[in-house]
Amino acid sequence: MGSVTRIVLQRLALGLLTLFVVSIVIFTAVNLLPGDFAQAILGQGATEEAVNAIRRDLGLDQPPVQRYLEWLGDALQGDLGTSFAQANFANFVGSGTVSELASVTSQIAPRFANTMFLAGVTAAIAVPLSLTLGILAALYRNSVFDKLANITTLTSISSPEFFLAYILILFLAVLNPWLPSLSNIYAGMGFGERLEKTLLPALTLTLVVTAHMMRMTRAAIINLLASPYIEMARLKGLSPMRVIVRHALPNALAPIINVIALNLAYLITGVVVVEVVFVYPGIGQLFVDSVKIRDIPMVQACCLIFAAAYILLNLLADILSIVSNPRLRHPK
Amino acid sequence: MTTSAKPKLLTIRGLKIEGRSDETWMPIVNGIDLDLHRGEVLGLIGESGAGKSTVGLAAMGFTRDGCRISDGSVNFDGIELVDASADTKRGLLGKRIAYVAQSAAASFNPAHKIIDQHTEGPVTHDVMSKSDSEADAMKLYAKLRLPNPDEIGFRYPHQVSGGQLQRAMTAMAMSCRPDLIIFDEPTTALDVTTQIEVLAAIRNIVEEFDTAAIYITHDLAVVAQMADRIKVLLKGDEVEEADTRTMLSAPTEDYTRSLWAVRSFVRPEKPPADPKATPVVSIRNVTAAYGKVTVLHNVSFDIHAGRTVAVVGESGSGKSTTARCITGLLPPRQGTIAFDGQELPADYRKRTKDQLRQIQMIYQMADTALNPKKSIGEIIGRPVQFYGGLRGAKKRARVEELLREIELEPKKFYHRLPSELSGGQKQRVGIARALAADPKFIICDEVTSALDQLVAEGILKLLARLQDDLGLSYMFITHDLATVRAIADEVVVMKDGRVVEQGAKAEMFAPPHHPYTDLLLSSVPEMDPDWLSNLLAERGADNIGDAAVDKM
Repeated sequence: MGSVTRIVLQRLALGLLTLFVVSIVIFTAVNLLPGDFAQAILGQGATEEAVNAIRRDLGLDQPPVQRYLEWLGDALQGDLGTSFAQANFANFVGSGTVSELASVTSQIAPRFANTMFLAGVTAAIAVPLSLTLGILAALYRNSVFDKLANITTLTSISSPEFFLAYILILFLAVLNPWLPSLSNIYAGMGFGERLEKTLLPALTLTLVVTAHMMRMTRAAIINLLASPYIEMARLKGLSPMRVIVRHALPNALAPIINVIALNLAYLITGVVVVEVVFVYPGIGQLFVDSVKIRDIPMVQACCLIFAAAYILLNLLADILSIVSNPRLRHPK
Repeated sequence: MTTSAKPKLLTIRGLKIEGRSDETWMPIVNGIDLDLHRGEVLGLIGESGAGKSTVGLAAMGFTRDGCRISDGSVNFDGIELVDASADTKRGLLGKRIAYVAQSAAASFNPAHKIIDQHTEGPVTHDVMSKSDSEADAMKLYAKLRLPNPDEIGFRYPHQVSGGQLQRAMTAMAMSCRPDLIIFDEPTTALDVTTQIEVLAAIRNIVEEFDTAAIYITHDLAVVAQMADRIKVLLKGDEVEEADTRTMLSAPTEDYTRSLWAVRSFVRPEKPPADPKATPVVSIRNVTAAYGKVTVLHNVSFDIHAGRTVAVVGESGSGKSTTARCITGLLPPRQGTIAFDGQELPADYRKRTKDQLRQIQMIYQMADTALNPKKSIGEIIGRPVQFYGGLRGAKKRARVEELLREIELEPKKFYHRLPSELSGGQKQRVGIARALAADPKFIICDEVTSALDQLVAEGILKLLARLQDDLGLSYMFITHDLATVRAIADEVVVMKDGRVVEQGAKAEMFAPPHHPYTDLLLSSVPEMDPDWLSNLLAERGADNIGDAAVDKM
């Protein structure tokens, strides 16, 4: 087990390093955006003095390196800063303190929880569905079922997300009023109700992510079917299903896990369009709004969360594929 | 040998098998008849492409993807397999007909423990419960002389050596006590000392359970030990069939006789080298390591002008590592390598172009050693240009000269790709590429072990002629002692990174030997069908194979 622990620790350290580098990239990129918060909020008619005053109050007049270090230092202590947009300037100017509600953390937390809930529901549907479809497609390869599964998933991935969303609304909310077309989620909602409201966006996202995972499962399994140990399994008189599930799948896990991780990361970071269509209060909308008004602490925090999600999921995928290899789990 | 009195188990009549290449079906097997009685072992021999594995699998009613049985019948104990349903065949496979594959390392699933793969068949076929089958597996492991039979099954395949895995696979084939086992080259991938142990184990267990078997191999001496009858195949046709002793002593067909004759090629003895002459290559006290693991310990030997030094030993003995040290790919930790009396820089990057030119290599797998995207002309032309500085028409003339040297018609082969050549032709191109540098010394790393015997003999004869014509020196790495006997002048025996014995060929093949040399020599199967029985009687089952090596 020693070697596995070592590899896992190495990967973790590497993940942290990546996150650090990404934080620099985020900070630089956000600060390269044309215009700043002061200009954005005061509009075209702003006087030089007013803009400078706001910049000074927010610390925007400090050199970038210093601002970065302060931001990083605070972030490491769990303080992601104050949302410019939510700060009450009358209070803020002069006193330097803000209400708890205006902190980036309190703004993001409920939105992030919603995003995670949507991603979780989608994953719970999409991952088992695509694995099953992939296994069946590999089992009945080149059959009508295989071709149909491929065509359907490819069609759904090639269609724009909003189009899929409207089609689903048409069939599942308008023509057959089974599910609500708006996902107005609020705090204190029961799990069942919440699930019902989330189902339609989750189904839309399922259609988007299934193709990749299904096709990778199918390809990874078929890739192994020419191996001598698969031939051996067939020559032992095992059923085709058992050959695939017990003999091919465990050896095909590594690529499948990686594609699943990429798609899960997409569910956390890339679902703005679906959120907009269903008016789902996720982190994606918050992010886009913050960019629009140059709410820099908010944008930085969102970016950091997205980056962390990507890195963490890929790290997890790496570790799982390492652990799925018996040579590493059971050294000589 | 009253097998014919026993009831018939398998009857194959007019079996034709086709394989698809591009869009057309090409015949692979053109009408084979085969009879097998209960408890009988039939040897199926032939060169690659003879269709022996295809016939062996067809005896199970199975064809690989891209192949089909186009005609004929395969009747197993009254059941017609050619048009049996998939369910019927699955009911037989593993239970009444079992398979032992060439490479156990590739044929055991890396994701599951050996014993779980063993019990899978009996449990699926309702022959035994899982716990009974586990207990039975341990008994079989003990019968097959596997170390720690109670524990070894609970390991994963990568934790067990190749020879042990091959025996575990034989145990797995036996798990349902089948009526018929197909052995598909079960010892080809093993070292000689390991092979003998596996052969003895297979033969014992097949005899004990009175199992019928089809034993597929290209090695005549092996089949002579294992089979009651031998059938010879050539390009999908039967050449002849007879009981083993008749076949060995009086083969009727020319092709069979030519197979038998391969082992008779021996180069005339050369006078001993002048001990005062400067050796072409001199390896002195070389110690080398991969990372922290030392793989060569204090290796020393000389190679004189115009002579062949065979370096023999099993996989992992350091033969190829020595070659890597000589070529400078792996700079040794200690020791020196001298060429014509001059010490060479350890790292090939520090050697001059002329030093590099003098030492060339020919590889085991011609398939992977030739760039598949380059034509033969380009492959040979590159060293001609790099070392000789020739271009244009002169370069072309030199390449054509080299092609004639290796007995390939320049017009026909110049523009071909490696994929359009046979295995033997590819190896010839490998030789031409080495010659293109006009070297004095060539390292041949297992150059014939991937080839059929007739083709291999052609390569050996070519290398011998080139040596005489061009005065080349060879370092010939091999594990095949028949090859050593054929072409070597001096022999170096290596084990665990050390030279255990070295000397002129005549001395090496005559006693007294180092115990390891003795074991190597005695493990090479001979054509005598009683060889294995005699050896076991003489040495005892504990003093062959890895067991004997472990005792040293």
